[in-house]
Amino acid sequence: MSDWIDIAALDAVPQRGARMVKTADGCVAVFRTAEDEVFALDNACPHKQGPLAEGIVHGKAVTCPLHNWVISLETGLVQGNDEGQVATYPARVEGGRILLDGSFMNRLRGAA
Amino acid sequence: MTKKLVVIGAGMASGRVLEHLFDAGADYDVTLFNAEPRGNYNRIMLSPVLSGEKTYDDIVTHDVNWYESHGVTCRFGEHITAMDREAKTVTGQNGTVSYDKLLIATGSAPFIIPVQGKDLPGVITYRDLDDTNAMIDAAAKGGKAVVIGGGLLGLEAAAGLKERGMDVTVLHLMGHLMERQLDEAAGYLLRRDLEDRGIKVKCRASTAAILGETHVEGVMLEDNEGLEADLVVMAVGIRPETRLANDAHLDVARGIEVNAQMQTSDPDVYAVGECVEFDGQLFGLVAPLYDQAKVVAKSLVDEADVFLPKELSTKLKVTGCDLFSAGDFADGEGREDIVFRDPARGVYRRLVVEDDAVVGAVMYGDTADSNWFFGLIKDKTDISEMRDTLIFGPAYQGGTPMDPLAAVAALPRDAEICGCNGICKGQIEDAIADGATDLGAVRAVTKASGSCGTCTGLVEQVLAVTLGDDFVIPAAQSICGCTDMTHEDVRRMIKSRELKSMPAVWQECGWKTSCGCHVCRPALNFYLLADWPLEYADDPQSRFINERKHANIQKDGTFSVVPRMWGGITTPDELRAIADAAEKFAVPTVKVTGGQRIDLLGVKGEDLPAIWKDLNDAGMVSGYAYSKGLRTVKTCVGTDHCRFGTQDSTGLGVKLEKTLHGSWTPHKLKLAVSGCPRNCAEATCKDIGVICVDSGYQVSIGGAAGMDVKETELLIQVPTEEETIDVIKAVTQLYRENAKYLDRIYKWMAKVGLDWIEEQIVDLETRQALVDRFELSQSIYRKDPWAEHATKKAETYQPLADLKLEAAE
Ligand code: SRM
Ligand SMILES: Cc1cc2nc3c(=O)[nH]c(=O)nc-3n(C[C@H](O)[C@H](O)[C@H](O)COP(=O)(O)OP(=O)(O)OC[C@H]3O[C@@H](n4cnc5c(N)ncnc54)[C@H](O)[C@@H]3O)c2cc1C
Ligand code: SF4
Ligand code: FES
Repeated sequence: MSDWIDIAALDAVPQRGARMVKTADGCVAVFRTAEDEVFALDNACPHKQGPLAEGIVHGKAVTCPLHNWVISLETGLVQGNDEGQVATYPARVEGGRILLDGSFMNRLRGAA
Repeated sequence: MTKKLVVIGAGMASGRVLEHLFDAGADYDVTLFNAEPRGNYNRIMLSPVLSGEKTYDDIVTHDVNWYESHGVTCRFGEHITAMDREAKTVTGQNGTVSYDKLLIATGSAPFIIPVQGKDLPGVITYRDLDDTNAMIDAAAKGGKAVVIGGGLLGLEAAAGLKERGMDVTVLHLMGHLMERQLDEAAGYLLRRDLEDRGIKVKCRASTAAILGETHVEGVMLEDNEGLEADLVVMAVGIRPETRLANDAHLDVARGIEVNAQMQTSDPDVYAVGECVEFDGQLFGLVAPLYDQAKVVAKSLVDEADVFLPKELSTKLKVTGCDLFSAGDFADGEGREDIVFRDPARGVYRRLVVEDDAVVGAVMYGDTADSNWFFGLIKDKTDISEMRDTLIFGPAYQGGTPMDPLAAVAALPRDAEICGCNGICKGQIEDAIADGATDLGAVRAVTKASGSCGTCTGLVEQVLAVTLGDDFVIPAAQSICGCTDMTHEDVRRMIKSRELKSMPAVWQECGWKTSCGCHVCRPALNFYLLADWPLEYADDPQSRFINERKHANIQKDGTFSVVPRMWGGITTPDELRAIADAAEKFAVPTVKVTGGQRIDLLGVKGEDLPAIWKDLNDAGMVSGYAYSKGLRTVKTCVGTDHCRFGTQDSTGLGVKLEKTLHGSWTPHKLKLAVSGCPRNCAEATCKDIGVICVDSGYQVSIGGAAGMDVKETELLIQVPTEEETIDVIKAVTQLYRENAKYLDRIYKWMAKVGLDWIEEQIVDLETRQALVDRFELSQSIYRKDPWAEHATKKAETYQPLADLKLEAAE
């Protein structure tokens, strides 16, 4: 079932940037690429929980601000020689708005 | 019995439908309405009409004879204002007509931005022949035109108006032109070509109002810049024309919703063209409309067919701007970019490959092979076999890839190697024969590769070919994996080729990725702002978080806040404000730093704008404790209090910090001023240190006390405080202009030599020029970022949304 929730205007997140969404289960970082695609990932680096929303976004990857691990926005997988994975959530843009998948919200509702 | 088909709109889509319908021998009695006082014509050719390459007669697709021979009743110039689905009638200005089947083909309406002055005479959109003629008439009077919108339509309008002699400026809201079809690199080349033909382009320009009393006179931008205009063309986008369908309660989303047979929610009503929405998609190019037209014609004669959206491609109809884009060209996991750039010819090609198939392509400059690439995308051709040579196009397929050295060896002696200096292969060979056996020597003798540096690799290949095994091509340390060029090469290019944006650098220096990475982007951002302070706009997204948010990130994701304490001097009021802020925002640690000021550690990201506001209100500004820029100027008490002080070291320190603050440098920049050689401010282990003596001021540079401990070396001694400040500004600017990103002064000095630095500073003319350039840059950057962020950007420090709250509701 896809039940998308409207989070914010696309323009609220800068291109090649990110903003954070607070959820009952922790923070989720919403990224916007240079090509205006959006991705949602847990806002915690698998290395030492660095806040990924503060990283530098390039291509479809983000570099963690603490120790420069590079993480794929699509799969959440750590790139290069390091290992690990961050949880990703469905996200999309429609009519200039950022939408996150509501089933993810339901998971949170269940948890709350 | 012959059935009645009524068609609303005689545009590109409905023209095709009728052709297919009559070709199939369908038995319909057709009435064709059109709001425009004319029949079907080739709308996309309005641009050649505007530029004067074609006339209206050339672009008519269906004339009176055609309509007559097919028995079409034409009601041109008549606007349909209502439809009644119960009675199966439509009503126009001249009466009501009944139908058995109805086809809505109303196209789209140009979007008009709702600003003051939008209705003034002289403001026009670009959609039909009347608009085109209005532009042609306006251009006949000459003057200035402003085109709002840097997409396909806007640029075609701009090129046409320029062709007709107007002075044209294009305003575009986004960072680069045609951002929906092009990536930044291609957008940069397009802009360069348009500018070369005299069209001015302003990106990130948001229109605030259109000015004028009885006729348009100008455009005002959000940043209060005003532009004169005798004509304003609004080409910011289109909206499906759905008013009729809405009023008749057909299902309408953004467009009129249709199924794969192009049927609306009423089975007797079909819709085609830009007014429809299929499967969430809208259509703004003719290729899919033509596919739809076939399906409509089939559906009308009860034959089965389905509409399937296909890959689309875009070209721009502006002579001399060859571009092409197709498919999906975003970066991604599992996707690889193949990028080819030929800076000399202004060619850029980028293919996006996924699972051994091309999924997207952007090309600029040379689009001769675009159809071949488009075919690969549409057919999802497996390209694994031709991957190595794919980017060069179809001509290179099937042959053995050429060894680059063999190619250089095959070049004739008069082949040009260094374009900047006009040096041919033969001259380099002669230089080598005369004993120049490495790159440096060849460069010194012939100047080859000495200007822009792009031919360095070629020169090395000539060396390798000529000297054989005696020459090993050195692997120069490139900035990062995105480029083969070194920091020095890139910086030379930025200056010599006047590259003023990141896409310009990526293109002219042959970047292998589409938009850089976390290693090269911060370096480029610094080089560009240091070399082009007025033209280049700082890019926060290419900065490390500390510089983007003007606070130092901590290991737990909180931040530290360090206000400036000019020269280490503070007051009871400032201390009280710091204490209040620490309490109010529950700062866990307050620490005196090694830089003579106070650090508030552990501030939550969301609280930053508020704590800055409080500190600002007490007169304090950002201490840039996070920056590759001026950090602190440490001082000792000097003549004010100390019995040994020779000059006012504290006063000079304060002045230096006030004049240098806000400046960005290749690495951090720390200063200190000591009042006498006892050196209580530790000036001799700073990047720039001043020791006051009776006869004046000793300025020394290149100290450090971090991972390396270095003592400064004396640069110059000067008699006055004023001159000291000038010398320090000049040496700072020299460092900004020449050092590699992340080299502190001592590392830079080891490369260029203290003697060279001294020569520049001692020469009064050079010194003054450096001071002037420093001041020019400071006119932009000497400011407190906290104030700006606390007032204008505070919102961006908050979470985008708080779903915790929603979940609780
Ligand atoms: C706060 C402070 C320590 C203190 O509590 O006193 C400090 C804290 C940090 N220093 Fe420092 N340095 C501080 C004075 C110094 C000094 C002493 C000085 O400036 O007189 C030095 C040696 C002098 C020098 O720079 O040569 C110093 C040499 C370094 C270095 C080594 C630089 C080098 O070129 O070798 C680094 C690493 C770097 O910059 O790459 C560093 C990096 C850092 C960073 C920014 C590490 C980081 O990237 O997160 C620390 C940030 C802590 C934080 O979260 O706020 N810090 N650091 C001092 C702030 C001074 C200020 O008011 O701005
Ligand atoms: C200057 C220009 C350049 C272009 N260049 C290209 C290009 O290079 N490549 C490309 O693929 N596409 C291009 N396009 C887009 C292309 O022209 C359109 O996609 C296409 O014309 C849409 O066809 P349509 O039949 O849906 O609508 P239209 O061609 O717009 O026809 C709709 C007609 O319906 C009439 N109408 C609307 N409402 C009513 C009503 N209530 N009653 C009666 N009549 C009504 C309108 O007056 C209009 O004549 C360009 C467009 C323009 C304006
Ligand atoms: S010395 Fe090391 S641990 Fe201490 S503040 Fe400097 S960088 Fe951090
Ligand atoms: S926490 Fe992300 S790299 Fe260390």
